[in-house]
Amino acid sequence: MKKIVLICLTLMAATSSFSQKFVTKSGHIWFFSSAPLENIEAHNKTVASALDLATGDFIFKVLIKSFSFEKALMQQHFNENYLESETYPEATFKGKIIDIKNVNLKKDGVYNVTAEGDLTIHGVTKHVKVPGTLEVKQGKIKASAKFNILLADYNVKIPKAVTDNIAKNIDIHVDCMLEPSLK
Amino acid sequence: MKKCNFISIIIIFILLEFTFPSLSQNLDDLLNDNTKSINYIENTFKTTRIVNGHSIESPDKGELVFIISHDFGRINQGFYEFFGLDQGTIRLGFEYSPYSWLCLGIGRSSYQKTYDGFIKAKLLRQSSGNRNVPVSISYFGDITLNSLKWAYPDRTNYFSSRLSFVHEVLIARKFNKNFSLQLTPAVVHRNLVEKASDKNDIFALGSGFRYKITNRTSINGEYFYVFPNQLNSDFHNSVSLGIDIETGGHVFQIHVSNSQGMFDRAFITETKGNPLKGDLYFGFNITRTFNL
Repeated sequence: MKKIVLICLTLMAATSSFSQKFVTKSGHIWFFSSAPLENIEAHNKTVASALDLATGDFIFKVLIKSFSFEKALMQQHFNENYLESETYPEATFKGKIIDIKNVNLKKDGVYNVTAEGDLTIHGVTKHVKVPGTLEVKQGKIKASAKFNILLADYNVKIPKAVTDNIAKNIDIHVDCMLEPSLK
Repeated sequence: MKKCNFISIIIIFILLEFTFPSLSQNLDDLLNDNTKSINYIENTFKTTRIVNGHSIESPDKGELVFIISHDFGRINQGFYEFFGLDQGTIRLGFEYSPYSWLCLGIGRSSYQKTYDGFIKAKLLRQSSGNRNVPVSISYFGDITLNSLKWAYPDRTNYFSSRLSFVHEVLIARKFNKNFSLQLTPAVVHRNLVEKASDKNDIFALGSGFRYKITNRTSINGEYFYVFPNQLNSDFHNSVSLGIDIETGGHVFQIHVSNSQGMFDRAFITETKGNPLKGDLYFGFNITRTFNL
């Protein structure tokens, strides 16, 4: 009996001293649309993200309204007409990093990983696999990725009149510096 | 001994519960924000006009908006005048926001060869979240200059006689994604009126709405109620109904109205058309935004 209690207590001490969860609320996601008539770029620097290094579970939450564009009119159209941010206020990416076992928190370096999960944009959820990197640096983790989505997959309709202004494929860049969670 | 075993199992369960708190804590919870931010309500109306009158909207900071407004002649003139399309009045205007809260505008109307200049200042913005504000409020003020040839040979042609002023408080609320409403208390001051019995100051209450049919089109309506015993019976309250159509950088506003003037003094105090007799004018605004 005493032994069991002791084991439990040591387990308790061990898990609480070794934080495995990493979070940020100021991650950076930007996208790029390259079309014959104009290039469109928008940045969001208030991305919320969390990663559990023990299980590989991760989540990204992006407030659509917080994307800022070079031109205010683009931002208005993005929110009103294309992403409909009042109906679908946020985009999320939730899933698992398949090869999380390769990442060693105690050893600084860049680890190539693959994130697999559900990407929800504009109310449409797709299962996707995204290659990216986790860079361990002095106990922090920088998550980076670059991938491409097809607007039609997420039911974002581009009127014929502006097909030369907006690309069908959008490049998405992710750059989030995650810090150990204190919770 | 059996009792001892039972207690120890309970203790183990309780301790396990403390051992792996992380298992019960979702990653989602880590991101839940306790501090809500202020969510400003945007795009209460599509452009700076509801129909003829000003909406709560201003160009964004650094944007220049060019508006071409056109009103044709009365529709009930029949086929000879091609339902009014043979005649027309036009206003060309520029609006620019040097700051996000301030908009400056100038315009020239063919109606009474009028120059106008205005300012529109945001005083309060509708918001939700950390700060709950139910309405947006802006001030609008303009000066118009009538540049017609002097029509009163027996009167001295003072420059000031050609001026008139409008002050409005724009109070708007976006109720939901589709429906917005605005109230516009207004006072019009005319330095010179035609007859001694005419009032220089005219008080009115305007109202307007927008209802979005699709993401890019909406139905807009507007009504300016002039309080009684101010204008003679030749003049009517201005009533207008229109459709906004957005196509990328342009917004087309097509409307029918009993007013022909396209600046505030004209449609508040000089609307001659009686809508019940079919004295309606067909017109449109084209709005183009430039980034400077």
